[in-house]
Amino acid sequence: MLERRPLLKSILSDRPKDLLAVSGLGSSTWDLSAVGDHHKNFCFIGAMGQAGAFALGLAMAQKEKRVLLVTGDGELLMSLGILATIANQGPENLVLLVMDNESYAETGGQPTATAGPTDLEQVARGCGIKETATFQNEEETEEIRKMVYGRAGPVFMNIKVFAKPPDLVFPHSFDGVTAIDRFRKSVLSN
Amino acid sequence: MVDSGKINWHEDMFSVLRSQNITLVGHVPDAGHTPLIRLCERQNDMDVVTLTTEEEGVGLLSGAWAGGRKGVLLMQSSGVGNCINALALPQICRIPFFTIVSMRGEWGEFIPWQVPMGQATPSVLGAMDVKVFRADRQEDVGATVDAAANFSFNTRQSSAVLLSQKMIGAKQFKEG
Repeated sequence: MLERRPLLKSILSDRPKDLLAVSGLGSSTWDLSAVGDHHKNFCFIGAMGQAGAFALGLAMAQKEKRVLLVTGDGELLMSLGILATIANQGPENLVLLVMDNESYAETGGQPTATAGPTDLEQVARGCGIKETATFQNEEETEEIRKMVYGRAGPVFMNIKVFAKPPDLVFPHSFDGVTAIDRFRKSVLSN
Repeated sequence: MVDSGKINWHEDMFSVLRSQNITLVGHVPDAGHTPLIRLCERQNDMDVVTLTTEEEGVGLLSGAWAGGRKGVLLMQSSGVGNCINALALPQICRIPFFTIVSMRGEWGEFIPWQVPMGQATPSVLGAMDVKVFRADRQEDVGATVDAAANFSFNTRQSSAVLLSQKMIGAKQFKEG
């Protein structure tokens, strides 16, 4: 098991200037916010299940920039079909990173399907994504970093993380218009 | 299929997509959309994305707009119900979500299972703050799609064009 927040901090240290980061609602958004506010972050706080589709659309609009989606197992499980859609489109600039804590941590830690027999990496492979991996150990952090930045997408990584949620850290604004306008302006400015 | 002279409303819709610079087309296919999908697939600068469920189209087009690209979601009325919670995203962010919906369950329908969502489509869209435009006649399709696209992309609000089943023609099924 890995600690999700130090892992994301490590991945985003020396963050490339044009990396676009999208987070799924709940813990992933608090994680991305905890790493530090950034104009090229877009954080979901609702619309559960939509983060993957949003990241795909963004990647198809900004093909020269790398798009990193950070989301949870619960958020992804709501829309597993998006993995098939992503595999069929094959965006080379899209990286999916799932913080798999095997639970709905925000709502009391009820187990998700991945606490049982469900294996998200196998789901991604079955959908047709070729660059996939599952990581379980802190020692693999550098390998995870390399996979985020060094492989042609679509890349899918399932990271087994501790279930205990870290403190809540809110994004720059809960207002959707404020958030998307700042993000879009930054994306389109260079 | 009703034939009213030289009007090709599929080509009219395609012309609007081109003039509006809409280059991303998400869809869960429907017979009423097939000619338009084929026209779009022939364009090198358009991406046609077959979705596993219509709600993916809401996120897809929202992300594309954030990245400076305009898109449209093509779906059947039954797909509108699949989009409900996803529509929170364009509503709360004022993202111009744009969709063209082929109607079922409203005029000469053969399959009873199409009726509930077909009848609920306008009120479901309205409930999620999507402005509804309707095309009942083939000669109105192009102008209606253009007006709805302008409404969405100029005012940053979501819109849907409903292509009426009366115009498309109700599909009749026969055994054997």
